Amino acid sequence: MTAPQMPTARRAFIAAAGAGVAGLGFTAIAPGLHLMAVGGANASEARKAASAASSNVRWGLLIDANKCAPGCTKCIDACHSENGVSEKLPDPRQNSQWIRKIELVDRRPGKTQGHTTQLPMMCQHCANPPCVDVCPTGASMKRADGIVLVDRHTCIGCRYCMMACPYKARSFVHAPLTEQNPEVPRGQGCVESCTLCVHRIDKGQQPACVESCPEGAMTFGDLNDPDSAIAKRIASVPTTQVRADLRLDQGVRYEGI
Amino acid sequence: MNKRKTIFSAFPLCLCVSVVRFVPFALALLAVSPAPTFAGDGGRTAKPVIEIANPGKCIAPADEMRRNHMEMLKHQRDRTLRQGIRGEPASLNACIECHASKTTGSVLGSDKNFCQSCHTYAAVKLDCFECHQPKAGFKATGVRP
Repeated sequence: MTAPQMPTARRAFIAAAGAGVAGLGFTAIAPGLHLMAVGGANASEARKAASAASSNVRWGLLIDANKCAPGCTKCIDACHSENGVSEKLPDPRQNSQWIRKIELVDRRPGKTQGHTTQLPMMCQHCANPPCVDVCPTGASMKRADGIVLVDRHTCIGCRYCMMACPYKARSFVHAPLTEQNPEVPRGQGCVESCTLCVHRIDKGQQPACVESCPEGAMTFGDLNDPDSAIAKRIASVPTTQVRADLRLDQGVRYEGI
Repeated sequence: MNKRKTIFSAFPLCLCVSVVRFVPFALALLAVSPAPTFAGDGGRTAKPVIEIANPGKCIAPADEMRRNHMEMLKHQRDRTLRQGIRGEPASLNACIECHASKTTGSVLGSDKNFCQSCHTYAAVKLDCFECHQPKAGFKATGVRP
């Protein structure tokens, strides 16, 4: 099936309207037809104060599993100190995990048998997040720039999102907390997960894990900007979305798995 | 039987009419009586003891802040979290930076400290700090996995 043809007069009107909008970049691709670019090249830089996150940007993370060193926990440490994840509960299974490392062992017979892969795993910041779908209060939400967050003001701690997440990326806070960082409020009775260090991104900084990685295994940037380092890398090397078959379109991509 | 029913149903109507008739008299009575004394503006009522660490820098006059700070914070929190708008004048962290006590470094902890003093006085539950950090300039260290 093909899309219905747009009447010529309407097309001309849209092109004229595009030409009339000031402050937008556009390129003429045919007489009377323009390719419009909204946002411009500086979309990835720090947003101005009092401006909202834009859907022209989609933040993403590319993790090179080949570079990730076995036994290194620098990204986890950095994440925990940045986000004030400092509780040590009697049952360690109840501690929050914003990012964890998984070691995959290849058990298939052949040359690669026994080969291990390091897989840092956290919230994948899906474009179609199942946690947002199931949330009964609307607390689980996706920001315009693709960051999936929990609004703790409305979270009732039902943990439905934890069940829905295929990556086990979310944690529930079991005990009262006092050691929160001022920019990262978190407390008992709410579900939480990696925020992609949203408070740092809004200041134009990189997430703490990306900055801390001694191997440079993580690349952070705007997936929508073809000139960003992450988009160029994804365009040039084969990368994977974990469980791509679920068609969630994750913002976190992996290389070498 | 029938007669009784009529009497009962007519009774409240009579009462209403008499109340309506009485209203002008009641109003007149109020007008001549001295102004009522409410709790709060009398010297006999205890007031909250507030220690203001950095006076004179607030984003709005004290009266407006007392009445509306919760509304300001509620709307700002939604804009910041859901739309990513940062750097607004109303912000809980900005409140804390200014109003944290110089002795305890916090807006909580004693009935003299800024947030707690009024909320204890007014018996209003203070939920913000179940999640937010009440100390100014706090830096968490995190824990090794």
